[in-house]
Amino acid sequence: MTVLWMIAGAIAMVAVLLVLVRLITGPTLIDRLIASDVLLTTLILVVGAEMVISGHTRSIPLMVVLAATAILASVAVARFVTRATASPATPDAEEGSDVR
Amino acid sequence: MFGEEQWNSILDIAAASLLIVAALLTLAAAIGLLRFPDPLSRLHAATKPQILGLLLVVVAIALSARSATVLLLLIPVVVFQLLTAPISAHMVGRAGYRNGDFEPSTLLVDELAADVDAARGSELPGGSWDDEADGGSSNPRGAGS
Repeated sequence: MTVLWMIAGAIAMVAVLLVLVRLITGPTLIDRLIASDVLLTTLILVVGAEMVISGHTRSIPLMVVLAATAILASVAVARFVTRATASPATPDAEEGSDVR
Repeated sequence: MFGEEQWNSILDIAAASLLIVAALLTLAAAIGLLRFPDPLSRLHAATKPQILGLLLVVVAIALSARSATVLLLLIPVVVFQLLTAPISAHMVGRAGYRNGDFEPSTLLVDELAADVDAARGSELPGGSWDDEADGGSSNPRGAGS
């Protein structure tokens, strides 16, 4: 049993490290937004997995709040990016040359 | 057929296996994030653990807790995620398309481009797709829709 839990934890740790690489190096703001979204999803999954492993159910409210508010960051940043594109500061602004 | 202890161990092993599958989904999303060429295809990889991974972990919690109250508490988690994940993916994809953060050569068909051209050519005043001038930042409709 403990072996199975350790395998799951190791896989999740590798995944988080790979996501962090994309979060740091991602060339565009959208890349970083997607990577942080995956990071938050992984956090929800790890909180749930910790409940299974430790045999308690106290973290369920935390999962509810995280699942309900995960949308806020994505929508806010996506609006910001789109708005920066939709009203170019300079007349010769090319597509995709603004927020990076 | 099975005794109490055997059932307990079977359910525990099933829960642990579900956790491993959820972790594998997260790993697949991470590899997709690293290896896919442009943000829109990375978005495709990123949405895998959001729904299926969360469902697997929730089922694992239910199998491990074995209580109706816990099951009732777990339903809002899935409902909230099912409601909000498509919205955020839509917003991110919309921003990605408008910024041009994709490689046109990877698209088989770009149905939105024809609509964008039609909207540019028509009388529509909004023009939030503008590369042309629409009055700049003084026009509140430009940044609106």
